[in-house]
Amino acid sequence: MAGHHVSTTINGDAFEFVCEPDETLLDVLRDRLSLTGSKEGCGTGDCGACSVILDGRLVCSCLVLGAEAEGRTIATIEGMADGDRLHPLQRKFLEHAALQCGICTPGILVAAKALLEKHPDPSETEIRYWLAGNLCRCTGYDKIVRAVLDAAAEIREGRDAA
Amino acid sequence: MAEDMIGASIRRTEDFRFLTGQGHYLDDINRPNQVHAYFLRSPHAHAKIRSIDTAAAQSAPGVVAVFTGADIAADKVGGLICGWVVTDRHGQPHKAPPHPPLAQDTVRYVGDHVAVVIAESVAQARDAAELIEVDYEMLPAVVDTAKALDPDTPQLHADAPGNLCFDWELGDKAAVDAAFAKAHHVTRLDLVNNRLIPNAMEPRAAIGEYDGGADSYTCYSTSQNPHLLRLILCAFVLGVPEHKMRVVAPDVGGGFGSKIFCYAEEVVCTWAAKKVKRPVKWTAERGESFLSDAHGRDHVTHAELAMDESGKFLALKVDTIAGMGAYLSTFATCVPTYLHATLLAGQYATPAIHANVKAVFTNTAPVDAYRGAGRPEATYLIERIVECAARELRIDPAELRRRNFIRPDQFPYQTPVALVYDTGDYEAALDEALKMADYAGFAARKAESTKHGKLRGIGLSAYIEACGIAPSAVVGSLGAGVGLWESGQIRFSPTGTVSIFTGSHSHGQSHETTFAQLISDALGVPMEKIDVVHGDTDRIPFGMGTYGSRSLAVGGSALMRAADKIIEKGKKIAAHLMEASVGDIEYSKGTFRVAGTDRTKSMAEVAFAAYVPHNYPADLEPGLDETAFYDPANFTYPAGVHIAEVEVDPDTGLVDIVNWVAVDDFGKVINPMVVEGQVHGGIAQGIGQALLENCVYDKESGQLVTGSYMDYCMPRADDLPSFKVGMTETPCTHNPIGAKGCGEAGAIAAPPALINAITDAIGIMHMEMPATPEKVWQAIRQTRPAAAAE
Repeated sequence: MAGHHVSTTINGDAFEFVCEPDETLLDVLRDRLSLTGSKEGCGTGDCGACSVILDGRLVCSCLVLGAEAEGRTIATIEGMADGDRLHPLQRKFLEHAALQCGICTPGILVAAKALLEKHPDPSETEIRYWLAGNLCRCTGYDKIVRAVLDAAAEIREGRDAA
Repeated sequence: MAEDMIGASIRRTEDFRFLTGQGHYLDDINRPNQVHAYFLRSPHAHAKIRSIDTAAAQSAPGVVAVFTGADIAADKVGGLICGWVVTDRHGQPHKAPPHPPLAQDTVRYVGDHVAVVIAESVAQARDAAELIEVDYEMLPAVVDTAKALDPDTPQLHADAPGNLCFDWELGDKAAVDAAFAKAHHVTRLDLVNNRLIPNAMEPRAAIGEYDGGADSYTCYSTSQNPHLLRLILCAFVLGVPEHKMRVVAPDVGGGFGSKIFCYAEEVVCTWAAKKVKRPVKWTAERGESFLSDAHGRDHVTHAELAMDESGKFLALKVDTIAGMGAYLSTFATCVPTYLHATLLAGQYATPAIHANVKAVFTNTAPVDAYRGAGRPEATYLIERIVECAARELRIDPAELRRRNFIRPDQFPYQTPVALVYDTGDYEAALDEALKMADYAGFAARKAESTKHGKLRGIGLSAYIEACGIAPSAVVGSLGAGVGLWESGQIRFSPTGTVSIFTGSHSHGQSHETTFAQLISDALGVPMEKIDVVHGDTDRIPFGMGTYGSRSLAVGGSALMRAADKIIEKGKKIAAHLMEASVGDIEYSKGTFRVAGTDRTKSMAEVAFAAYVPHNYPADLEPGLDETAFYDPANFTYPAGVHIAEVEVDPDTGLVDIVNWVAVDDFGKVINPMVVEGQVHGGIAQGIGQALLENCVYDKESGQLVTGSYMDYCMPRADDLPSFKVGMTETPCTHNPIGAKGCGEAGAIAAPPALINAITDAIGIMHMEMPATPEKVWQAIRQTRPAAAAE
């Protein structure tokens, strides 16, 4: 199979790669670009562990082809913190212990970030429905929901202050 | 600094790497020059393999090798073992049919391993596997646990006649029969503990690697217990000396029991690495996880509870058929026996108990320990039958439990089913739970729901578990092939930083934080100067791993013993440095003091002196590095009460969990925030079992019907409520921490609480799990014909 040459932007940096036409964006991120923060939990778009934001839209990177990244803008977990400065969501997950084994965490953080970018003041029910696409087997979601509510409040306060 | 370490909700030190995508899980690891394995699995539940033609696959693009059962047999690779021998009612060991890593001449479940293709890429291996031609002769199959023992049922193994693995019993049958003969009332219940698929979010994976120069292997595995895996791989399967095998279990993405076991894939990858002279990597697709991870539960039970006029329990008898699947997994046999029947006293002073357990083979994936392992099955049947008894006797379910609790003054309490509970206060947990759940206000809430056309119910569950497994001598006498102690090592560096090495393994339980807290408190070293190392047999002392809520109670205790040794040696060094006698040195929180003076040496000064021994006791070894092994004197007995309150919509059958209260006694708690998380997660899995999850095999074809997330209903964020968690504390009496373990409690407590609440709401005695909307709706229609007409 002929490789596709793809130019894309990931976490603000320009990337170029060659991938097979049937290769998923998740495989490209993990295997070609060493961005292993996005995880494969099912490969069928049911668990959300591979969540990334593609041109502002939350997607399962296991359901997107690598070739489709051409000319697009992608945000992954690796771009969420600013160096050692954690994103408010990451910080609140840490404060609430909203993770255990951590395998689903990158996907949940990316999904929660996408939520807060669209809806800065979500209710608990809205958070639960939004995150229903992300499976977590460890936490029972309670602390995740608290952490997202808390982060949302902090981000709103930060905006108000600014 | 180290003043308030015990009982403090310290933030988890492992989280930074997980939150930033820098965790190192197995699939994130790639070895130089590695190739990829793909397993061809049986599409049939039961078939003879007439022939396998691998020629086309061998010559497919990128293929390095194709191996079948014949290659495994030619190299005399051993079968997978069951490490616990259960002795049946007649004194005979359980039937242990061969369990080859690649099928020899018969496949016995859909997903059974037929061949492995090793290729340059996963895609090439998968494509080539399609070219393997297997000529199967289909055989009739049995997938139904309740039917496995029936006459004329298809037989799985020649050496297990009637599909019977063992017929085992525990307890005094004569005493039980006598109690039933004089009983005022007997409650009877048939129930199924539904089969579950564990579904850790990280699929199992393995990399096998062979170093020809050193003649040694490395097996990277998603394991909860790397040394145990090494022991099995070396001594039983591959015949490799243990010192020539390194097992690495890096960050592991959840286990819940399913990653305790030695599976075919890690055996084959490790064996094949030597054959192809390259590292061999395999990562399960989710579909493979459904098909081939060891499943959980699968009990079919009839139980009877005898009571006197006042509702006092006189005797309990239990008959269970336990599904083992097609082969015995690593610890399959101890789950329905020593982890199940021994817990049948629950929290109650029932004087006579008898259990009979028949374990059976079916054409399904092997069944083994899954979060709780046997104890959820025991708790489910006890707490369901107690609830039914309360309804039959018209006694408040909380009151009936209270009347039968083992009282605090009865500890240590010898149950009629072998265990000795060391401590507990069951009424304290019940009272706290009733208060938190506003049990007294339930009637008013129910009336309010009724006004809105909803059915409201409340359900209790008073659970107990035996954790911290276990005294080696006890488990050895019961058939375990291993000891169940744990190791811990504390190594100071010259600059006063500390590396802690533990034989237990963290795959979400946060050992890196909790164990550091423990040692920070004991040795007065700040948390940030402590590193916890686990999961690599080349780095840690031999250890038994993590399962049965044992890490803190057993592994933490080993570390406390190692800390004692550090302090003992530190006193000698400090005495020398301060020119005092050892007997005059007092130790507290990182400071050695000459008693009655202000002369002190810090732990850091002592550590420095130990590594730079210019001024040092002549008769003392340099260095500050101590190892301890801890074998517990008894199990620990976490217990508590969960209360679920539900509102059922009679039009849709949908169950809304409106309140969940958990009050648990885990003994001494090191990090409440971590413990709360463990409780939440356990409850989520318990709610999953009771409401959503169910493993279904097609009864005719033996195909796994629930083989994907579209078919197997996992609990999602919108399915679950928030949880109210309370604690009571009776410290464990026999380990140095006083901790009992908390990992499995929620999964054990939750299912009966929820089914009790749902059946209470609907007004029926029993409903099998999972209580899906359709099942609930049907039950409402059957019991309330008036509602149907509305």
